[in-house]
Amino acid sequence: MKFLEIANILDAYLPFRNSDVLDKEYQYVFASDLMSDVLALVTMDSEETILVTGLVNPQTLRTAEMLDISLVILVRNKILTEDLIDQAQDHGIQLMTTKFSMFETCGLLYEKGFKVSR
Amino acid sequence: MITYSFNVEKENFVDAGVVSSKVKRILKQIGIPTAVLRNIAVACYEAEINMIIHSYGGEITLDIDDEGNVTLVFADVGPGIPDVEKALTPGWSTASAQARQLGFGAGMGLVNIKRVSDTFDLQTSPSGTTITITFRVA
Repeated sequence: MKFLEIANILDAYLPFRNSDVLDKEYQYVFASDLMSDVLALVTMDSEETILVTGLVNPQTLRTAEMLDISLVILVRNKILTEDLIDQAQDHGIQLMTTKFSMFETCGLLYEKGFKVSR
Repeated sequence: MITYSFNVEKENFVDAGVVSSKVKRILKQIGIPTAVLRNIAVACYEAEINMIIHSYGGEITLDIDDEGNVTLVFADVGPGIPDVEKALTPGWSTASAQARQLGFGAGMGLVNIKRVSDTFDLQTSPSGTTITITFRVA
């Protein structure tokens, strides 16, 4: 599924639109606030994986950068700083924020057929 | 052989990951395959974070040999790891509250580094810890 469809499902706010990933298909989800868990568990499919997290800081984006994750969903309407938006754009990472909780976000994506990242 | 060196400062959480980002960019430019590159990036990032959280600071050295094989050396100036066996146990951590707020301190750092690298060597004493990891690319 493409990120604009995902944004629609999650009624999400997009601080910018990264045209490089506009047509990219995502099919896996990894949800965690522990970046070491993300680094341990997302490897094989990370280019097609969405990171869902409530952790909003530069390390969230660094973790995504290291794993070639290009879509990060921030739950519960987290506020994005200009620095964070700049960092995401510099590294080609699409950010979106949703009002939904981690549980609701994962439920909505699971319902649409998203699978766990191996 | 090409060599790059980078300094890492104790508790400089603001720049955490900057060296790993540079390392990844350098290796991408020379055409290291994506899957290997991702493993190198994960290992480098975990080790850099460890140096910031636990050490008094140190240096990261990146070596690329003529075949494109990669060696990373993380050498800090102390205080050393008192119990290496525990440090290599998944889930065991002595990270500060500040590190945990950043999403680290899950006790998976060294475990992750060892898992993704082809060779892993750890030498430690109170005057410093040196971790050497290699990745075969050729």
